[in-house]
Amino acid sequence: MDNIEKPRWRLVKTDNPPFWVKPLIPILALIGTFILTSGLILLAEANPFEAYYYFLLAPLQTRVSLLEVLVKSTPLIITGVAVTYAFTSGYYNIGAEGQLYAGAVAATGIGMAMHGIPAIVALPLMLIGGFAAGMAWALIPALLKVKLAVDEVVTTLLMNSIMAYIVSAILNGPWRDPNSGWPQSQEIAPSAVFFKLVPRSRLNFGFVVAVTLILILWIVMTRTSFGLKMRAVGLGKPAAKFAGIKVEKTIFLAALISGGIAGIAGVAEVAGIHFHLIGEISPGYGYTGVIIATLGSLNAFGVGLAAVFFGLVETGAQTLSRALGVPVYLGEVTQATMLLVALGMLLLQRYKFRRM
Amino acid sequence: MEIFLINLIAATLRVSTPILLAAIGETFSERAGILNLGIEGIMFFGAFIGFIVADKSGSLWFGLLVAILSGVLAGLLMGVLSVSLGVNQHVSGLGITLLLTGLSLFGFRLVYGGRSTPPAIPSFESLKPFGDMPVLGTITDQYLLTYITFLVIVPLAWFIIYRTKYGLHIRAVGENPEAVDAAGVNVYLVRYSVLAIGGGLMAAGGAFLSLAQLGAFTHGIIAGRGWVAIAIVIFGNWSPVKVMGGALIFGGTFALQLRLQAMGLQLPIPYETFLALPYVVTIIALVLAGRNASYPAALLKPYRRE
Amino acid sequence: MNIVEMQRITKIFGELVANDHVDFQLRKGEIHALLGENGAGKTTLMRILYGLYQQTTGDIIIENEKVTIHSPRDAIRNGVGMVTQHFALVHPMTVAENVVLGYTDSFVLDQTAIEKKVGEAAERFGLDIDPKSIVRHLSVGQRQRVEILKALYRNAKVLILDEPTAVLVPQEVDSLFETLNRLRTDGLSVIFISHKLDEVTKITDRVTVLRDGKSIGTVDTVNVTQKQLAAMMVGRDTFGVKRQANVNPENKKILEVENLCALDNKGLPALKNLKLFIRSGEILGIAGVGGNGQKELAEILSGVKLPTSGIIKINDVNLVGKQPSEFSKLGMGRIPEDRHEGVVGDLTVYENLALEHLEEYSKNGFLDKKTIRKNADDLIRNFQIKAKPTDKIRTLSGGNMQKVLLARVLSRQPEVVIAPQPTRGLDVGATEYVRQQLLEQRSRGAAVMLISEDLDEILSISDRIAVIYEGEIVGIINAQDATPEKLGLMMSGALREEA
Repeated sequence: MDNIEKPRWRLVKTDNPPFWVKPLIPILALIGTFILTSGLILLAEANPFEAYYYFLLAPLQTRVSLLEVLVKSTPLIITGVAVTYAFTSGYYNIGAEGQLYAGAVAATGIGMAMHGIPAIVALPLMLIGGFAAGMAWALIPALLKVKLAVDEVVTTLLMNSIMAYIVSAILNGPWRDPNSGWPQSQEIAPSAVFFKLVPRSRLNFGFVVAVTLILILWIVMTRTSFGLKMRAVGLGKPAAKFAGIKVEKTIFLAALISGGIAGIAGVAEVAGIHFHLIGEISPGYGYTGVIIATLGSLNAFGVGLAAVFFGLVETGAQTLSRALGVPVYLGEVTQATMLLVALGMLLLQRYKFRRM
Repeated sequence: MEIFLINLIAATLRVSTPILLAAIGETFSERAGILNLGIEGIMFFGAFIGFIVADKSGSLWFGLLVAILSGVLAGLLMGVLSVSLGVNQHVSGLGITLLLTGLSLFGFRLVYGGRSTPPAIPSFESLKPFGDMPVLGTITDQYLLTYITFLVIVPLAWFIIYRTKYGLHIRAVGENPEAVDAAGVNVYLVRYSVLAIGGGLMAAGGAFLSLAQLGAFTHGIIAGRGWVAIAIVIFGNWSPVKVMGGALIFGGTFALQLRLQAMGLQLPIPYETFLALPYVVTIIALVLAGRNASYPAALLKPYRRE
Repeated sequence: MNIVEMQRITKIFGELVANDHVDFQLRKGEIHALLGENGAGKTTLMRILYGLYQQTTGDIIIENEKVTIHSPRDAIRNGVGMVTQHFALVHPMTVAENVVLGYTDSFVLDQTAIEKKVGEAAERFGLDIDPKSIVRHLSVGQRQRVEILKALYRNAKVLILDEPTAVLVPQEVDSLFETLNRLRTDGLSVIFISHKLDEVTKITDRVTVLRDGKSIGTVDTVNVTQKQLAAMMVGRDTFGVKRQANVNPENKKILEVENLCALDNKGLPALKNLKLFIRSGEILGIAGVGGNGQKELAEILSGVKLPTSGIIKINDVNLVGKQPSEFSKLGMGRIPEDRHEGVVGDLTVYENLALEHLEEYSKNGFLDKKTIRKNADDLIRNFQIKAKPTDKIRTLSGGNMQKVLLARVLSRQPEVVIAPQPTRGLDVGATEYVRQQLLEQRSRGAAVMLISEDLDEILSISDRIAVIYEGEIVGIINAQDATPEKLGLMMSGALREEA
């Protein structure tokens, strides 16, 4: 009874995927995502192909909408960078949303006091203030994590809810603009407003800040010993500790930097887009930052790319909504779907087909 | 004062219900080693599906049933990601929350358009077993779902986890999946099943809000209750009865805030202080309980045989 | 009569052929050793029989019937039970719950009933164990009994034991062997995975030897000598240990440890007033059964764990309370006990090599990549590491990973070298390399501490041997006075001796 099994294709684990697998993943994820979301477009009684034209291509065809993509990607880049610092160190900061609002509150406070003060002073003050506020809002969960080992995921999430009520209290109370029917603050001083990069568009200094933050992230992660320490701590805590790296200190610093940068996202939205504080400064940029950091594989340029693509998705969702009446929330669904599809695909990298 | 207290107790039971349902759901999945951060989105989705199905079919119970089924499906999706694919549980759970939130908002806009006043439906009637009797009548003036949650779901969850073969498997999978696998029990099946049960309970919690408490669906309907439920599970040390205690603490703070607002007191501090209070209390409770929390040893760890 | 036949079993993991057309037969009522070195494929073969792996090709026949075993459930159904090296026990649960796990008939779990049932089973099989105890509170030997009870409770006719004595003191080994002999008389068939020749010759009826994934042959135990088995096992005649010459007692005491006390992770005493010293040019072997404080000792000497009291001196400088980085600076060469927890798997070889001395490899916070790369190239050459500097370290073999860790430490010529379990899980070549490196450190004048559970290793390269038992050094003897028997008695706490 001799049964030698015929060789057949099997899925086996591998540490070194073939070179062509990696670039294929985003493309496959994209296709997968659009197949999955086309059902929703059909539900909205639109033609998927026409819809995708408005969704992904139309925004790239006019100067105005192209710039708008960059405007939309600005807060996403910043929160993506913020989350990347934390996640790289193995600290799951899901609190970028609240930290963003902390930065927005600080920017509004400082901005409203900048009347008569030149921009050269006002803008740095806004950025520093926003960074400090974001950092301060990240402080409690970070302290609880390193001192008492309280899970940061839950505390940062709860801090988001608390911040939402603080903003609401401020807007219904001391900062409420008496001339407005809505809970919103008064406008910030003209000198505190981020200057436009391109006239007659919304693209402003905030985008420069975002791009700078990406470059800094890249330098920190690849060129500095602190970056290597963060990566070592995130990828192998016991080994990092054994090598003499102060694990708690590294995590703590990364958590604070993460919060501070998320705060800058709030500054950019107040000083670049809204010019006053409202409760709806962010439609969840802090959470989207987690998706972007993950899709960008915690790599500076990956994060930039993912954020710009998500900016396109958001712009496209609005174009699509205006053109075909597909609800604008398709953008959010697409972003989340893409995350889940890509996560599934990333795992494929670890396997390969072999005939044996 | 007495009336205030009695009203407070009644309100506490009411507002604790959705969080307790979700927290029991989360207890199941964490006991088997899966942190389901999809909880917030599943509650939101449950609230949405429950509302729309009840509105279109005219049956609140049918709405609740479909909501629970949608939660089961969402739990299974979490299973595909965290159990079969072994994706990081934080990221996959958050992804599910974002997906379901987006889907609900998309669906709501599609069906109801961008109206300024949200549509409303007649909600569940509460039971009044003691009629208008003082004290007892007020406290027992609750929805059937609240009765079911406190008197059936919590004891049943306790019984399943500690007194059945299935519960033995759940607890063991959360501590040492290798041991369970070696004993010939299917680890994946246990994990998928708790995610399904958990998803159903979370969605039921969401649907309670839209079908009983509010009779409407709004963007802020969940407002972080899912995250609170996760904190409560840690606070309750993964035991259904203690989790109930945690839910009552949160519910009590929340109800206090509601009562104070309802009394229309002019207070020197903004009313948002009271809204934020339950979250602050939850963090404090977490810190106090966190010191001797015994996390399931296999929590967050995907299981792979080779 | 053969109860189990495994025919031409081949198992391939990625590029590695773990089992290569292995044949194996187990008779009813025999104790059959599966003998081979680490990595010979013994455990893989048995994991296939127990359904934890699936063979790539080959057949399994149990009681003359061809069976497919896809999971432990299938194996249990076919009467096969296994006690793995890492016990598959759920620590916070009771013995009874662990035993019935996956083997209960009613949906409702009646605690009293299962405790009674498990208690009866324990009595029937002669295993002394309380079904009500929580597994977390049991000793290793007791946990092993729970594992055996688990298999027997499921009506196992074949019991696989994977290196069952590795974690036991000699007295517990005797008790295990008594149990096995009794169970054999009752008709149980036992597969005994081991690389220890004395045990194999003591307890088994037949031996199958594996080498490099292939079966070398099966022999009756009474017909072979240990020497013959050793030759089959390693493929050459190298047996016996070489002793070191004595160290000059004039040499300076480099490392001195005084009255060291520490708690383990559960807050129980792990080290009790531990005292020792090592001279320059000396290897001190720390012998002992696993879990007697070795791990804590290594962690404290590496600076990653704080003692509750005591002094650690290198050249009269006290290190207690200092950061791990200062330990390195003051001459402590620290090799981690668990390789995989000593390297960051997803960082590259050159990054891992720089990790311990980052401040030297950076200027103003920026990494000096040129120096880092040059250092890595040098170390890779000098320590014969088979890897590129840019390889992620998790893609390296265990031996090469260990070389990276040795290179990181030894290239700095530390005055003290702490080597906990440095050859655990390595193949023969890598093991020899590591021992050679430690001997070179000794000739260089370093004070070397070798912590090992492998008595052969301790005996072959130590100058003096300290035995650790329940957190205390129960004796320190010169290597030439040491015999395995004497050390065995000391390791079980039965004998104390001060040298």
